Amino acid sequence: MSRQVVKLEQFALEEREVEQALARVNVRAVDYADIYFESTISESVSMEEGIVKRAVKSISQGAGVRATAGEKTGFAYSDEVSPRDLEIAAETARYIADSPKGDVPVPVTHRPTAPHNLYPLEQPLTGIATQERVDLLNLIDQEARRYDPRITKVMASFNTEQKMMLVATTEGLRAGDVQPLSRLQVTCIAEEGNNRQSGTFGGGGRVAFSFYHEQDRAKSYAREAARQAILNLGAVDAPAGILPVVLAGGWPGILLHEAVGHGLEADFNRKKTSAFSNLLGQRVASEVCTIVDDGTLPSRRGSLNIDDEGMPTTRTVLIEEGILCGYITDRLNARLMGIPLTGNGRREDFRSLVLPRMTNTFMLAGQSEPEDILRSVKKGLYAVSFGGGQVDITNGKFVFSASEAYLIEDGKVTKPVKGATLIGSGPDVLKQVSMVGHDLQLDSGIGTCGKEGQSVPVGVGLPTIRIDEITVGGTST
Amino acid sequence: MHESAEVLKTLAADLVDRVKAHGATEADVLVAEGDSVSVQVRLSAVDRLSKAREKSLGIRVFFGKRSASASTSDFSDTSLKQLVADTCALAKTVAEDKMSGLPEQAALATDVPDLDLYDPTAMPVEETIDVAQRAERAAMDADPRITNSEGAECGSAYGAVVLANTHGFVGYNRSSRFSLSVAPVAEGPDDQGMQRDYWYTVSRKRHELEEPESVGRIAADRTLRRLGARKVGTQRVPVIFDPEMACSLLGHLASAVSGYALYKGASFLQGQLGKPIAPKYVSVEDNGRMPGKIGSRPFDGEGLPTRKTMILDQGVLSSYLLDTYSGRKLGMASTGNASRSIGDNPAVSPTNLFFHPGDVSPEEIIRSVTQGLYVTELIGFGVNMVTGDYSRGASGFWIENGELAYPVEEVTIAGNLKQMFQDIESIGNDLVFRGKLASPTIRIRDMMVGGH
Repeated sequence: MSRQVVKLEQFALEEREVEQALARVNVRAVDYADIYFESTISESVSMEEGIVKRAVKSISQGAGVRATAGEKTGFAYSDEVSPRDLEIAAETARYIADSPKGDVPVPVTHRPTAPHNLYPLEQPLTGIATQERVDLLNLIDQEARRYDPRITKVMASFNTEQKMMLVATTEGLRAGDVQPLSRLQVTCIAEEGNNRQSGTFGGGGRVAFSFYHEQDRAKSYAREAARQAILNLGAVDAPAGILPVVLAGGWPGILLHEAVGHGLEADFNRKKTSAFSNLLGQRVASEVCTIVDDGTLPSRRGSLNIDDEGMPTTRTVLIEEGILCGYITDRLNARLMGIPLTGNGRREDFRSLVLPRMTNTFMLAGQSEPEDILRSVKKGLYAVSFGGGQVDITNGKFVFSASEAYLIEDGKVTKPVKGATLIGSGPDVLKQVSMVGHDLQLDSGIGTCGKEGQSVPVGVGLPTIRIDEITVGGTST
Repeated sequence: MHESAEVLKTLAADLVDRVKAHGATEADVLVAEGDSVSVQVRLSAVDRLSKAREKSLGIRVFFGKRSASASTSDFSDTSLKQLVADTCALAKTVAEDKMSGLPEQAALATDVPDLDLYDPTAMPVEETIDVAQRAERAAMDADPRITNSEGAECGSAYGAVVLANTHGFVGYNRSSRFSLSVAPVAEGPDDQGMQRDYWYTVSRKRHELEEPESVGRIAADRTLRRLGARKVGTQRVPVIFDPEMACSLLGHLASAVSGYALYKGASFLQGQLGKPIAPKYVSVEDNGRMPGKIGSRPFDGEGLPTRKTMILDQGVLSSYLLDTYSGRKLGMASTGNASRSIGDNPAVSPTNLFFHPGDVSPEEIIRSVTQGLYVTELIGFGVNMVTGDYSRGASGFWIENGELAYPVEEVTIAGNLKQMFQDIESIGNDLVFRGKLASPTIRIRDMMVGGH
């Protein structure tokens, strides 16, 4: 199927009106201005107590106008996309820019790339009948309950979003995209006497509805959530203190997202408020670590044909064999820093400003056998699944919380332990990585990254790795 | 404000009628609109200026016991017609839910008191920039070790909501919000590295916004004191939460007493109603009727009157936080804590939730600890609401013989929330409302600190 091209007419606008609005913003001191048009339809159905009782639909549309001059940005948005609203927005954007000039702009390196077609869907997600969504959730309920009689509650939700965006810039660019996104999430509660535990699993991406039925996915999500809940019934207290930790492949890649990814976003480095500022060309990880951010993987949750500034997404090597070699950029920061544009300018919606953001961030596969990695640990922790994470960009301290973990005793995986937070320092933790497995795995498609109050979908990935030392925040000694 | 109260009310009431005409047995409509300006300055230069005009509306329809919700920002007649038709069709596809429906008519708010939540004072762009610049300058000038800044942000927002339903309820509420925050970066000598912290002020009234210079100086002090932070050894010690961090404990309590978490079996406070879950000197109040406060509102997201509810009364868990649906699931009446985001089903949220202050000063609490941790920042999401298991990244200060000895970072604190509430040993007298949640300083008997 060919790529859908988004046109101005779909926002009931004419090229002439957009040109007029851009001309109004583009005063003397302005280096660059753009208008971002968006129309998003989201639908959500959710199930609990064995019935699908909630259905929600929302339509969000509007436009954001931005002008930059030096380091300054003027921004305005409105949920109406009439020419009059564009005028008001343009006036606001101009206010800021129409003042003494900041830094001399550095020309941005453009790498001409063919447009991607990463998520060709034969049927738009908005065309899925509600009944099909309801059936999907009912299937999950049955499967989770069948897994074990101790599963007492099953909650599941299925969310879809169809975003249509178009960006028009003072450089003459008009680029649009239709971005489908969906996610299926299951939570189970298991009970045994007074012991009550939960397990959560989910997945998705920029995929067609059939994705959830292929390879038995929906049912496998249900079984996985149920398995975690049952497993946690028998979990012992996690240890506290410094330990060697083995991370399983896939979602534990959230380590990279928190420990290094955010610290390598260009805005923090331009402002020199990141713990990674001035470390370009230096060793920030052991030589077995090569980490990339790649927005071009077909159908992945973090992928995009173009970013929200109209640039095709790319694959950016952030750390190569342990050496810091690149930042994640948007136009403003690439221009001010004189570094390549990587197509990572993203915004949550028309109400938000573009920021440099990650897409899919992962570590490349290494040479080690995963079994050898586990065998190498005498006493430590094997962490398989995680909840969320967070980082303090400036001092580099990050945390991420395990939701499924086991003790490693004499090279063997033994008892499951209760969730515990792992804490470390971004510029140091990857120097502690001594073994990298050959089993690179990407996550199942559930990640959402928050920055300055904006949420965007992202992906992570990791092979099995061994971290020699990291602080584990359990309760037992 | 771009539309008058009457225009919004008419729009909401008209939509209620349209939905009824489609055969819905019950419905409610929420219309919201707002204007906002926000400015970020960094190193005295304006980094960004944002201006917004927003409006949106949400409808929720019931066909007997089946319901669906929808929202849009497109108010055109064609779009609304489509929205009403789509939502009604959607409702017919979901299962019947015995407990669903609007609140009883008799429970709806009959008076909408003026809680003093709106200040029309305009904050022009020039003034907004000036306030942000003054706050940041005060931080930068406080000490030569403040070398950089994440910026200062200042803004104002004015909004109005209308809620109307098929019982004939039409409520209107407008509010304003002014805010200022500063995030300086300090750099220490030698290997001390960089630290960032922040301070802020939020108010309903322009004149209640704290002085920018004072906000800037506090932000600088908070940042400077973190320089030279180190790790401590793994050990079990008393932990003191400063007021900001103690608010996070209130947040966890609010989640655990939410009717939704309880009927789903997803709360560590399951089955604890009427039982002591904390010492006698611990009381927690939710009060939506406090004039001028950030969490106040005259009616909740379903049109019920807000009120004062004791959650913890002298240590005893005396009420949950409920809306109509979660209340019905638990066989209880709503506590007037329905909150709505446009176009979604009601959820439960606290209004102004706070610990009643004790009679010891924060200094005395710190003096009472020989070896322990004073927590000023927590990061991460290591809280399991089902079990109460708690493990988060922390930074703050090491307490030695009753004094803050040195800054600490890269440690975890771990325990279980059920135990942590039982283990509250002191509550300070330093209660100040800075947002929806407010807490004095709190001392917990002991927690496991994970370090080296």
